[in-house]
Amino acid sequence: MASNVKIHIENFGLRYSDGTESLHGITLDIYAHQVNVLFGPAGGGKSTLLRAINRLNDLTDVVEQTGHILLDGEDVTRPACDVVRLRRRVGIVFARPVVLPMSIYRNITYGLELAGVRDRVTLDAAVARSLQQSALWDEVHDRLGDPAHALSGGQQQRLCLARVLALQPEVILLDEPTSGLDPISTAKIEATLQELKSSYTFVIVPHSVQQAARVADWAAFFLQGELIEHGVGRDMFLKPRNSKTEEYITGRFG
Amino acid sequence: MTDKLEDKQKPSISWLEFFIERAIQASGISAIVLVVLIFLFLIQEGIPAFFEVPLSSLFAARWYPIEDYFGLLPLIMGSLIVTLGAAIVSLPLGLATAIFIAEIAPAWVRDILKPFVEVLAGIPSVVIGFIGMLVFAPMMRVALNIPTGLTAFTGILLLAWMALPTIVSVAEDVLDAVPVTYRDAGLALGMTRWQVIWRIVLPDGRSGVLMALMLGVGRTIGETMTVMMVTGNAARIPTGIGDLFMPVRTMTATIAAEMGEVAQGSAHYHVLFAVGLTLFVITFIVNIAAASVVFRQVKRAERMLS
Amino acid sequence: MTTPPTRQRKITLSRQNSQHIAFALITLAALAVIIPIFFIVGYIVYEGASAISWEFLTEFPYNGMKSGGLLPAIVGTLWLTLGTAIIAVPIGIGAAIYLSEYAKDNALTRAIRIAIINLAGIPSVVFGLFGMGLFVIFLNFGTSILAGSLTLGIMTLPVIISTAEEALRAVPQSFRLVSVSLGGTRWQTIRRVVLPQALPGIITGVILGLERAAGETAPILFTVAAFFLPRLPTSIFDQTMALPYHLFVISTQVPGMPIHIQYGTALVLLVFVLSMNLLATLIRRHYRQQRFW
Repeated sequence: MASNVKIHIENFGLRYSDGTESLHGITLDIYAHQVNVLFGPAGGGKSTLLRAINRLNDLTDVVEQTGHILLDGEDVTRPACDVVRLRRRVGIVFARPVVLPMSIYRNITYGLELAGVRDRVTLDAAVARSLQQSALWDEVHDRLGDPAHALSGGQQQRLCLARVLALQPEVILLDEPTSGLDPISTAKIEATLQELKSSYTFVIVPHSVQQAARVADWAAFFLQGELIEHGVGRDMFLKPRNSKTEEYITGRFG
Repeated sequence: MTDKLEDKQKPSISWLEFFIERAIQASGISAIVLVVLIFLFLIQEGIPAFFEVPLSSLFAARWYPIEDYFGLLPLIMGSLIVTLGAAIVSLPLGLATAIFIAEIAPAWVRDILKPFVEVLAGIPSVVIGFIGMLVFAPMMRVALNIPTGLTAFTGILLLAWMALPTIVSVAEDVLDAVPVTYRDAGLALGMTRWQVIWRIVLPDGRSGVLMALMLGVGRTIGETMTVMMVTGNAARIPTGIGDLFMPVRTMTATIAAEMGEVAQGSAHYHVLFAVGLTLFVITFIVNIAAASVVFRQVKRAERMLS
Repeated sequence: MTTPPTRQRKITLSRQNSQHIAFALITLAALAVIIPIFFIVGYIVYEGASAISWEFLTEFPYNGMKSGGLLPAIVGTLWLTLGTAIIAVPIGIGAAIYLSEYAKDNALTRAIRIAIINLAGIPSVVFGLFGMGLFVIFLNFGTSILAGSLTLGIMTLPVIISTAEEALRAVPQSFRLVSVSLGGTRWQTIRRVVLPQALPGIITGVILGLERAAGETAPILFTVAAFFLPRLPTSIFDQTMALPYHLFVISTQVPGMPIHIQYGTALVLLVFVLSMNLLATLIRRHYRQQRFW
């Protein structure tokens, strides 16, 4: 499957001060307009890699970091990189839905307001567009002023997705976005990924192998900080090349 | 095709933000600046006292500045008696109150009591000194059959009472911090609630109680108005238990009472600053000690929980 | 092996007894602490209520303080409280934001914390000494509202810093993470999310700090307080009367002072201070119910 390479990760390594979740020598490509899946057992470094892409690891106590991550050829790991701009191009949805203590409307416009957008027309349009894209519009369009925390868990997570979409990023990272959600909400979000991937690039850490198999166009298997295998989604889950991959997929460990 | 966000972005860090963050940093450092400033000032005005007044007479037993007697001993002793006495009295009382509130009182009583202990913390010291002077001291005089109620003992009682909110709130935190599993283990072994408190909870909270004591002491040393109005203000050195029931004078009351009438730059002026410097150093040491106790407790808790 | 039942029962009984005794003692001790609180407040109300009247609150004193009202003292305390707020609140909140949001875990931060602990423990009379030396004499402000406010402000700083920092830290870290992940800078995050959420706690702390400043006597003894002034202060370089100092003087240095006026003054001061306490408690309760994190 020939596609553009959106993100190129080159020999990337990272270590925390307490030695957990470190990564060694990761070289990987993320393909544009695909659902790229990073999967594997806990502690494998997947979330760490995800957060490295939009430099959220800056907020933690990373002791050592090597290698490069190139977004459209531009190295985002260098200190001079404008991380504020980066995070608008690369958005993230976390495992637990964290809504800001504001109304639904203001949750979505928050990122735009940070960027200095004040025009009411633009903001309204962004809210409508994002809520429609994340399949939440029908449920909340008549109560945008209500506090966001009054929504259900699944709705909140879709709100978090809408919040990211409002900034019209190029890449959207998702860190176990459906863990803790009921199957219907999970299905809605997975469907959204498929609908939107023509406009965005997704990198997702799924919370189960089954989810990985359902959504992946391209998949990478991580084990204890190392990249074991990566390839086309269908191939990976039907006939993995590495024995460790197969053992994990078939549930022999995890 | 909607507008790209890029066109509308403002620069990542504006100059206003830069200025604000510098101001915030400056505020943070201001605490250090102020402490150093106060310390230096006290030294500047207090050290000359050691040159103007020979050391031997500074540690003499007579404080009578009008005739150039600058013996600090009676003042130090006065502060010492009142502070230690208040500490001894307030610790068990404060613990008892904290235990009462935490373990014995029913919920509705607790809801009334806690705000009331905070009310006590809010009563200005001059008001407590006022009541102490007009009501409590005469009560003491009558009840104990002594010539005056304005004594060290009265001061001790009132100061102990004033230190209570500090002790109670720290003791409460200590009692809360003891893991529920400890209590449950004790109860499961058949201990009564009191035995659980006495044998498990209190010993576990030892360092917290110690810190409460030190904080209480720190605040008591510095108390000015109450002691001024209630301890009689006689600068004498106590020589026996009976002297608990005689007037004394503390360092704080001395400064407050005499600073207004002192000529700037005189020996008396410098000596008062030296007393202030002494108070500063004492409270510095006590508070650092209290903080290090907390620090060790935090470390211990971290180790236990990891 | 069987244990004689009577012996077991005796052991249990005496354990129960000792618990009863201990609890009774504790209750007594607690009552010894709590009842005087009611007593003091009640007694002051009882003795002082007779002095309270509209004239008492709005007129000047005359006849050597033995008649008339408290107006200049009340106004003076209000000015000093305002002055303290102007000095202590911006710096205090700024320092709290620094400690909570910016400071790294290094020697400088530890030094700042030690400094704050110290500042909190310095006796109020030593602040008065410092204020007199620096503001009144060295900087030549004279005994003035300016000198008094600066002194009280510095004294109130640690209280505000501690409570404000605690309020800021209570805001969940996840909010900050989300804000940053949407392209927010640290200050934007603070201004838009953290600070508004921490505001009720900060305001409570500010009120409690100002309450303490309003009731203090020693710091204002040599920096601002005057016994009698014929007019209200008109500039920050003026002296002023103040309630705590007024109470102190009329109860210790004015012979023949009518008792009910003394109690009345104490009552006014108590009401002033305790109503701030009440306000802070109400704010704290109201917002604790409102927040959902």
